[in-house]
Amino acid sequence: MGSADNKAAGAANNTKQGFVYLPLIAGWLVPGAGHFLLRKWGRGALLAISIIALYALGLAMDGKLYSGAQDILDLLGLVGDLGNGLMYFVGRMLSLGGDPVQFTTADYGTKFIEFAGLLNVIAAIDAHNLRTGRKAS
Amino acid sequence: MIKPSHFTSLLLVAIFASTVFGITMRDTPKRMLRYGFYCFVLFVGSAILLSWVMYFIAR
Repeated sequence: MGSADNKAAGAANNTKQGFVYLPLIAGWLVPGAGHFLLRKWGRGALLAISIIALYALGLAMDGKLYSGAQDILDLLGLVGDLGNGLMYFVGRMLSLGGDPVQFTTADYGTKFIEFAGLLNVIAAIDAHNLRTGRKAS
Repeated sequence: MIKPSHFTSLLLVAIFASTVFGITMRDTPKRMLRYGFYCFVLFVGSAILLSWVMYFIAR
């Protein structure tokens, strides 16, 4: 009993060491990576699949990747896109995405990409909360 | 380029968003599953309900 408690305490101490914002930053850059760092493999995989699939579907629907902001709505779109982390920057480097939006489905695709970014931010914050102990498990 | 229908797009968003919401908003796997399913039903149910409301408003 005592040794089991010690092992649990040791494991908890191990997870508390290191840079506290690492799961947050890793989770933002790569979907699910924050949870992978915390050894939450199943959750990380499901988050990664969901967010990457939403982003990829958005691009496949010819959704737009915002490159700048001309007005407040563009700015909100850009903020949503930036939530995708590395996927956004890779997409911009490869000139992925349609521009301008010409079809209804392309407009849906644009929203898919923005939504994927916002979900990725939620997932990264969840990883941070797990890391700091604000969320139990 | 793929062109899913409006309803298919809704289903895709609902599935992926419900997965993320379920995982991030609850603590235990059982509660995650229940909350994810709850979100999915709300996404799809509210869209169908509002669609019928708009259908009758347009008449």
